[in-house]
Amino acid sequence: MRFSLRGRALVALEDVNLQVRDREFCCIVGPSGCGKTTLLRILAGLERQTAGELHIEVRDPTKPLTAMVFQEQSIFPWMTVEDNVGYGLRMRGVHPTVRRRVVDHYLAKVGLAPFARAYPHQLSGGMKQRASVARAFATDPEILLMDEPFASVDEQTRALLQEELLRVWEGDRKTVVYITHSIDEALVLGDRVVVMSARPGHVKAEIPVTLPRPRSVYELKSTAEFSELVAKVWEPLRREVLTSYAVLAS
Amino acid sequence: MTVKVRTGRAVRERVGALGEVAGERLVSILSPILLLVLWEGAGRFGLLDVRFFPPPTAIAQAFPTLLASGELWDDTLVSLGRIAIGFLIGAVPGLVLGLAMGLSRYLRAALNPMVGALYPIPKSAILPLLILVFGTGEASKYAIVASGVFFLVLLNTVAGVLSIEPVYLDVGRNFGAGRLQTFLTVALPGALPLVFTGIRLAWGTALILIVVGEIFVSRSGLGYLINNSYQTFQVEKMYAGLIVLSAIGYLSFLLLDELQRWLIPWRGARAV
Repeated sequence: MRFSLRGRALVALEDVNLQVRDREFCCIVGPSGCGKTTLLRILAGLERQTAGELHIEVRDPTKPLTAMVFQEQSIFPWMTVEDNVGYGLRMRGVHPTVRRRVVDHYLAKVGLAPFARAYPHQLSGGMKQRASVARAFATDPEILLMDEPFASVDEQTRALLQEELLRVWEGDRKTVVYITHSIDEALVLGDRVVVMSARPGHVKAEIPVTLPRPRSVYELKSTAEFSELVAKVWEPLRREVLTSYAVLAS
Repeated sequence: MTVKVRTGRAVRERVGALGEVAGERLVSILSPILLLVLWEGAGRFGLLDVRFFPPPTAIAQAFPTLLASGELWDDTLVSLGRIAIGFLIGAVPGLVLGLAMGLSRYLRAALNPMVGALYPIPKSAILPLLILVFGTGEASKYAIVASGVFFLVLLNTVAGVLSIEPVYLDVGRNFGAGRLQTFLTVALPGALPLVFTGIRLAWGTALILIVVGEIFVSRSGLGYLINNSYQTFQVEKMYAGLIVLSAIGYLSFLLLDELQRWLIPWRGARAV
């Protein structure tokens, strides 16, 4: 896949061969600038690949294909929390009564029910990302796309958000493609961890995560099985990170 | 080694801070009163030339006569009416064209050179031209106000649309918003804070320009009142006109703050 950046052709991705199964929680890790975000934006329909094929098997054509949780703060400052969460439904013309019910359901699930009428500037960073997650789940898409959604919150908040995400996901079991820098996060959340190479990105390794569900973030991290998996992911990733440094230096 | 923390002092500091707020208020109320007292005293003791700076009590005495004759009231209403009409004539096209230029890079490229060349001309400098074109009647007054308002609303609206974070447009696309929906749910609300900044600036400019227009060619309005008082050497009356202008400015900005709170509730309590 080729991706054009400011007139200069930049090969962001090359021979990415990735299959995500229905209802799978698939985590992608890779060095900075390896094209993870580009891959996600292609899946989201926000970029178009210059070569290659994207095939999504649709179970229910009435549902939206994807819904994305963005890395940066992306809930609209000019809408209340409930209007933000119901945005996708409103854009697709879902009846207000139905919308109301779905919005209330997800607001309760992410603990934002008391803040339904608040504006984003009254919320903390973690709460804004909760709203963003609720907005994506509320549209009930075929695939949920998440681009390092918890990268900019503090560690304690991140652990809480991960647990909440797991709880919501275990209720719905949607197909998820989740991008992260953190091996820990990938293992805590995912059914499978995909390691991408340095740019131009391609799939370097795939590690199935065999940890049982439901998972508890902090308990999980202290098990021997978890440490073994960390080592398994780190080994191929380490080489790619070093390669990406070499590319940057040249 | 031991570390000892006492909280007594911190508590005292908080009390001190509360006292400071009350103190600040008191100073803000007292300082203008003090200035008026000084002004009055300086006039009475011959330190100030009362021909140019009549003491506050003398100015206050001018108000009842001006109000009784209806002169002040009429001139105020005439000026406000001209500002309102001129403002609408300038602001509405400024807003519409600004949104269009913000969204279309080609329109922006086509019109930017003209806007860039015309905006820096002080609008008071085109008053003679406006009088030639529109005559000495009401139209030239509307035109001078509109010319100042138009550019400020236009430029701030363009900046407002351009300031919208690209991620919000991505959200619109990813969640299935169409063109019109994107415009209504992303572009317009996203640009609104800066549009409002433009409206505030334009309102201040409108106040300046109406006075300029009325001083030059008019038989009515606050600008005329001030200029006429100056020519007939009724300095107290001139000061009365200035006080009314100050009050109009102050009150209209309070109203604009209120309007902003109502139109842009996501901005929080603090206005920009």
